[in-house]
Amino acid sequence: MKAYLTRRFRFSASHRLHVDTLTDEQNRATFGKCNNPFGHGHNYIVAVTFSGAVDPVTGMVCNLADLDAFADKYVLQRFDHRNLNTLDLFDGLVPTTENFAIELHRIFQEFPHASLHHMHVEETGNNSFDFAGDSLPQAARY
Amino acid sequence: MILLTRKAEFSAAHFYWNDALSAEENERLFGKCANRNGHGHNYTLEVTVAGDVDPVTGFVVDLKELKDILEREVVGVYDHRHLNLEIPDFAHVIPTTENIAIAVWRRLEGKIPNSRLHRVRVYEMPDLFADFYGEFEEEGKR
Repeated sequence: MKAYLTRRFRFSASHRLHVDTLTDEQNRATFGKCNNPFGHGHNYIVAVTFSGAVDPVTGMVCNLADLDAFADKYVLQRFDHRNLNTLDLFDGLVPTTENFAIELHRIFQEFPHASLHHMHVEETGNNSFDFAGDSLPQAARY
Repeated sequence: MILLTRKAEFSAAHFYWNDALSAEENERLFGKCANRNGHGHNYTLEVTVAGDVDPVTGFVVDLKELKDILEREVVGVYDHRHLNLEIPDFAHVIPTTENIAIAVWRRLEGKIPNSRLHRVRVYEMPDLFADFYGEFEEEGKR
């Protein structure tokens, strides 16, 4: 039996949307207040969905303790209370939440105990982004 | 076709334990969820049905009727119960969030008129939920 398990994680981080290939004026025109040179921050919510057979021994798609430990090590410790622009991950990559969702998808693909189905990232309560790799957009099930 | 979702809530106790495993193995696998005295959650159930809008009523299904079905088939059965000890669905199945979603699907399938059951989502808490789409065969169409 195939089920889908979704776990939400929260962290706070700062960022600035700015690309060096555009002029300051073009950056301001493109990114508006998100281009503030001092940066700004968000309380991000990441919802990661895994799919898989429900293990008949454990009744689980994957063990939450394993997933929480993985997320703590590879997401929370890495991004919580950080400035995203200063991280190697965003060296040359503008830290929009679209790009962040793609990078988080890459990170959770390495989780060894279940198959990643889709990433959902909320930048604010009004902005959210979904990424499911090569799957069709309607694969997003959040 | 329209997807229609109705929420319902119930509170119940459970614990995670597999009699086929040793006590040490249960405690290693399930951690604090293996406490045989049980613990509890406020569960939120979201049931999504798919159907066409009735040209006379403008409904996919009568929401009052759907609410009554959820109450009769699920909430009235699970609410303020110990899932492991009192509910036959979990006599031989560990009441993980995944297995609760599957059990709710079995309880509702074929019971909701003029529509097809599309998804059962069970929140154990706001940051953890499981979805079941009736994929009893692992190599299903998805």
